[in-house]
Amino acid sequence: MTTEHPRGAASPLRHLVVAATAAVTLLALAACGSSTSPSASKSDGSTSAFGFAPVKQDSSAAITVWVDATREAAAKQFQKAHPEVPIKVETYDGGADGSGSFQTKVEAFNQAGSGWPDVVFSTQNNEAAWASQGKDAFAAPLDKGYLDKSFLDGFTPGALAPVTVDGTVYGLRNDLAPTVTWYDTALMKQFGYTVPTTWEAYQALGEKVGKEHPGYIVGTVGDSFAPEIYFWGAKAPVNVVKGTDQFSANTSDASSVKMATLIDDLLKSGSMAKESVFSPEFVQKYTGKVLMMPGPVWYSGALFNNPSSLKSAPGTIAAGLPLGWDGQQAVAGNVGGGTWYVSRHSANLEAAKKLIEFVTSDPSYQVDLAQGLPAYKDAGDKWLAKQAASGFFAGDFAKNVSAAASEVWDGWGYPRFSQEAVWAKTVTPALSAGKSLVDTLPEWDKAIKNQAQANGYKVK
Amino acid sequence: MTLAPSRAAAAGAPTGARQRPRRASRSVTGRWSRISYLFVSGYVLFALAFGILPTLYAVRMSFTHDDGTFAGLTNYVDAVQDFRFLPAVGHVAAFVGVWLVSLLVLVTVLSLMVHAIGRAWLSSSVRFVYYIPGALAGAASVVLWLFLLNPTVSPVSAVLRAFGFSTFVETIAPGNLPVIFAVIAFWSGAGGWIVVMYGALNSIPVEVLEAARLDGAGAVRTALHVQLPMLRKWISYMAIMSLAAGTQLFVEPRVLSQASHAVVPNDYSLNQLAYLFAFKQGDLNGSAAIAVLLLLVTLVLSVFFVIRGGLFERD
Repeated sequence: MTTEHPRGAASPLRHLVVAATAAVTLLALAACGSSTSPSASKSDGSTSAFGFAPVKQDSSAAITVWVDATREAAAKQFQKAHPEVPIKVETYDGGADGSGSFQTKVEAFNQAGSGWPDVVFSTQNNEAAWASQGKDAFAAPLDKGYLDKSFLDGFTPGALAPVTVDGTVYGLRNDLAPTVTWYDTALMKQFGYTVPTTWEAYQALGEKVGKEHPGYIVGTVGDSFAPEIYFWGAKAPVNVVKGTDQFSANTSDASSVKMATLIDDLLKSGSMAKESVFSPEFVQKYTGKVLMMPGPVWYSGALFNNPSSLKSAPGTIAAGLPLGWDGQQAVAGNVGGGTWYVSRHSANLEAAKKLIEFVTSDPSYQVDLAQGLPAYKDAGDKWLAKQAASGFFAGDFAKNVSAAASEVWDGWGYPRFSQEAVWAKTVTPALSAGKSLVDTLPEWDKAIKNQAQANGYKVK
Repeated sequence: MTLAPSRAAAAGAPTGARQRPRRASRSVTGRWSRISYLFVSGYVLFALAFGILPTLYAVRMSFTHDDGTFAGLTNYVDAVQDFRFLPAVGHVAAFVGVWLVSLLVLVTVLSLMVHAIGRAWLSSSVRFVYYIPGALAGAASVVLWLFLLNPTVSPVSAVLRAFGFSTFVETIAPGNLPVIFAVIAFWSGAGGWIVVMYGALNSIPVEVLEAARLDGAGAVRTALHVQLPMLRKWISYMAIMSLAAGTQLFVEPRVLSQASHAVVPNDYSLNQLAYLFAFKQGDLNGSAAIAVLLLLVTLVLSVFFVIRGGLFERD
């Protein structure tokens, strides 16, 4: 291959000069363009009767509602009941597994200065931690005059705790998700076992199942929300939030280590699964083989009473009380429990209010269609009565579930990041590779603290 | 991430070994050269609006605080010290390493093989088959791979089990990810490059190949000593384009992260980290710093390929 000098050495130089001049001009233009913030004109700092400054209202403006696939039914039900309210329903992942899509999308809209949805549903109960903060805070305060006090008082006591920041309520809880101890009464009877009431007895039973009935399981750690079932329920201080910027985690605390040892032990005996309850392999391997499974109350509709999941026989599955350590008061963990938020930028707050009041409290959705225990007390009671009347669940379903709902441990915080995502990326692959959970604890500890720090927490 | 070479990029590629009579270049009149400016103006405008301008804006942002005051190197230091930065660099480097080497070697070998096929119909159908996966856009091809990678539902589950993977989580273990992403990227992008390389092989004059054959060179020696050196520019062109695309790894880990319930982290690649900086932490300046670092690395490596590949040399 022959080479040749380019003709006219001046020509590339000239191009370079032109390019450099253009670059400087553009840089100057860019500098001018960004000097005004897009949102500066929107909020003048004044507060209204709602505790925030609403944008100009238009009662005929359509409201955009973001829901996950499961909650689409709620929006549809609202459209049926209120055809006069113009709404546009968009589905997204609901922030599942700590994907952060709600926050990342809102941040993008903040940059653009427009485009925010009016009402958002999220499966995560830690969204208020960021949605209430910053100069572009997304979530409208709900208890400063926007929603009636009588309506807010209708929620089960404690239900709004995850969406309350510095004493102000920024969202409504869709459902309560305390963990209960699910078990199969028919299998228990067949194997001649008694239902454990402590973690220690649970561990002993798991070991026995591994030996006597291999293939059957007493739980799974394959989901990103496993720490919320096992570590929250074990009172492990690995997610402690103080105020808006203090965070601490201690995986070497006695409760943390005890729970990690328990899980390791059961994994070794084969009675603890590593698959996610939503994976096809879980359904394939364990349909009819779930002897016990600590987990949230929404497993009822999502797994047991679901023809495309475990499809349990009516009258076999019971929800037992949460487990506790021997000699200690039992507490419940909590897995999600969806939340609804209204945007401060909404141009039709009246319609948004109608919608969130409807989807959280109206029996036509919360009692007739919802899979989980409604957070709104009245709807919750009716939902429990309906479940009891259906005869699908064995034992005292309504009583145990309500008891669990009031026992959720309050030592687990709601930080601006997702514990689920941290667990999924550090612990799940380690367990899958056969590493022990106790050995993984330091790595998990570091990952949690790093994540907290990156999200602006002072970490202890 | 655009993996397949775009049509515009292919059109702008060097003209390879095509011999152009020297007289032609001297006979270019002022009128023709003015028209050539018209032809490139569309590209220049778009490059300015969507390439140069955003780049300069990012450079400016990376040196300022969010209130617009000069920040020096603060954003760069913060970004590099972030606990996710170095792992992300490692992930991207591993992926680009695996992918680039396999792409360059396999595409070249496959193109030479396809070119050596005597029957025209067979050669063109093979090229077409190679090209088909490229028609699937990034996210769609990842969704397809989600099924292929899950031993429970995969049509090739026997292959996965032979490697010892019995669950989806085992398949997507952190150590396997660079190879998995490389396989996905190769599968969806290589076909386009094979077509491009085939075109380059066609441009090698028949007389040259005939001379080689007369001198007693077999297919392999011809490939090694005649075809490969004449393909040098094309290979380095492919390397540059693929390097730029590869360092911007985003769609594959993002989709896989959602599908694996976050087992594949959402901060796997540098581009994902830049995305999290911007839209999860609200730190657009830090995000710009990561983007500029990525640009610098790609530029340096591209210059290396340009010089080593003789991309700007004239035949």
